[in-house]
Amino acid sequence: MAYESYVLVCGGTACCSSGGEKIVEAFARELESAGLKDKVQVVTTGCLGFCEQGPIVKILPQGTFYVQVKVDDVKEIVAEHLVKGRVVQRLCYDPEQAKKLVAEANIPFYQKQYRIVLRNCGVIDPEKIEDYIARDGYKAIEKVLFEMTPEQVVDEMLKSGLRGRGGAGFPTGMKWKFAQQQPKGQKYMVCNADEGDPGAYMDRSTLEGDPHSILEAMTIAGYAIGASKGFIYIRAEYPLAIHRLQVAIQQAHELGLLGDDILGSGFSFDIELRFGAGAFVCGEETALLQSIEGNRGMPKPRPPFPAVKGLWGRPTVINNVETLANVPVIINKGADWFSRIGTATTKGTKVFALTGKVNNSGLIEVPMGTTLREIIFDIGGGIRGGHKFKAAQTGGPSGGIIPEQFLDVPIDYESLAKIGSIMGSGGLIVMDETDCVVDIAKFYLDFTVDESCGKCAPCRIGGRKLLNYLKKITDGRGTEQDIKDMEAICDAMNKASLCGLGQTASNPVRSTLRYFMDEYMEHIRDKKCRSGKCSKLIQYKIDPAKCKGCTMCARKCPAGAISGAVKQPHAIDQAKCVKCGACEATCKFGAISHG
Amino acid sequence: MAKLTLADLRKMREEKQKAMDMRDSSNKDVQVVVGMGTCGIAAGAKETFTALIDTLTEKGLTNVLVRQTGCMGLCHSEPTVEVVVPGMPTVIYGHVDAATAKDIVDRHIVGHELIEGKILDKPSVDIIKEA
Repeated sequence: MAYESYVLVCGGTACCSSGGEKIVEAFARELESAGLKDKVQVVTTGCLGFCEQGPIVKILPQGTFYVQVKVDDVKEIVAEHLVKGRVVQRLCYDPEQAKKLVAEANIPFYQKQYRIVLRNCGVIDPEKIEDYIARDGYKAIEKVLFEMTPEQVVDEMLKSGLRGRGGAGFPTGMKWKFAQQQPKGQKYMVCNADEGDPGAYMDRSTLEGDPHSILEAMTIAGYAIGASKGFIYIRAEYPLAIHRLQVAIQQAHELGLLGDDILGSGFSFDIELRFGAGAFVCGEETALLQSIEGNRGMPKPRPPFPAVKGLWGRPTVINNVETLANVPVIINKGADWFSRIGTATTKGTKVFALTGKVNNSGLIEVPMGTTLREIIFDIGGGIRGGHKFKAAQTGGPSGGIIPEQFLDVPIDYESLAKIGSIMGSGGLIVMDETDCVVDIAKFYLDFTVDESCGKCAPCRIGGRKLLNYLKKITDGRGTEQDIKDMEAICDAMNKASLCGLGQTASNPVRSTLRYFMDEYMEHIRDKKCRSGKCSKLIQYKIDPAKCKGCTMCARKCPAGAISGAVKQPHAIDQAKCVKCGACEATCKFGAISHG
Repeated sequence: MAKLTLADLRKMREEKQKAMDMRDSSNKDVQVVVGMGTCGIAAGAKETFTALIDTLTEKGLTNVLVRQTGCMGLCHSEPTVEVVVPGMPTVIYGHVDAATAKDIVDRHIVGHELIEGKILDKPSVDIIKEA
């Protein structure tokens, strides 16, 4: 038995709630009566994305995509599409709307996901150099080594508008140009693979899925700036990425794509791995260089910038993994092609690790200028469990929290900075109304306090003080003066810290104060946490009208905080209560609640 | 392996590209691709991989190439497996444990039917393409 067509019905939560199951039944019924039961298979699938247009039905092998399908439409799809082979235009996704999106974004080839960095991820076998070569791998090296001068390579990068994807967004071509202009002699090319933001794993996936693209890009950069030696600084916590890089380096060596006299061009370049021990501050470039040299990873004041005086005092370019993954494609397809993607100030795409309270968490790549709404609701499939979107966090501990009113802001470096966050390395954590923003700010501060290297006072002392204030507020001991003090500390840390870690560590606090002051005030004035996350602010109460005096709760309470006579309403002694919730869970009459 | 010259590299790319286009490496016309990034492996992709190989060996199916790749980006439903069978639409399955891996061989590759409830396909938003 072989099927000729397949009907995929989206079985995601959103589609199910809008009638997905009934549609499957209807298809089975209609196919049976049309005599197509053995020719067409109907299957329920995982969420296909695009939930706002659900329920979604997709017909394979044609790939026709029907949206907002109702049970009544099934008959027509079967009769028209599956019997006569005619697409039911009325149920197709409105192409006019698609065109409008294109016009708004001003991108000639608009697609929500657009893969440049992740072009080979999930496609090739990362441990086979032949797979990479077949997908135009090491083609950019050919072009660069045999057809371009180092100056032309740098010009191409400048023209492309590529900016550092590690977070700060410094133009990559400028970095290369500074290093190139330094007097000849030993120079170094470094790849920063010390990905440390909680919730971010773009670089790990890129290295694991496509290690050769990074080797190729580093060789190109080495040629452009006149370096013969490269280092990849990668965290030791990424064993698989390390293994695949080692395999890739060895294979490239065997084929003469790394090492002396690459492809007979006369240019030599070699790459070594250096392992980081997991210190967050070592992602900061000057600290990273210290660590490669074998010293304790601590930042240094800039200038001199590494492009002038870097590794062992020599000119050094440091690029992030994602930045480098763009390089071979830019060389192959040209700067003009690349600069057509994205917004006016930010070209190309961005990879995000989409996590948190979203249905389809995963690794996505979208053109710059895509909105958070498209990322979270179209690609991410909306908020898990039918909850309401509250905020999104970008940029990890250095970033900010973006509230609902900015869901439609097209994302680029400038627009995110304007609303108090940063692009960061690409972690994107989605929060719903069960998350408490004060608690989130506390989480990030806890992280940066832990990771602060301690060299400069604003970061070392300021971070600790901020964290203490946040703890005080979530414990219900906060005052309005605390808010003012926190704002002053944030300001000082931002202006006076030595490196990016301290300068941005206060961002989670600043942005939550800016957009969620009412929640801070609730914690301070009303001693209330609306999400119930701050356990010290929860109070369990017994409704005397509903309490039957069954004594179940009093027997369950581990702290002996509940008292009352049999068949009389009970009461909770708040001083003794440990907020474990056992009483609420055990009450059969719904008399106990918390708030 | 000997070091490549420019001409060697070009030749190698061309040959390999042809092989990939035909989706045929050494008479294997069916491809099963397992996402084996850290996310996939953590979710059990190694067990999935082993189960696929075991089932194929057991059935004596020699025309199937099982290979690994990096993260496909569908981390919410790891382990993910892409199945390419001639004459059938290419699909991506999610949450593929050992039992589903066996199903993929028995029902998809041998029986040419899709497996209920496990298809994740490509994200549907990709329907918005070139204008």
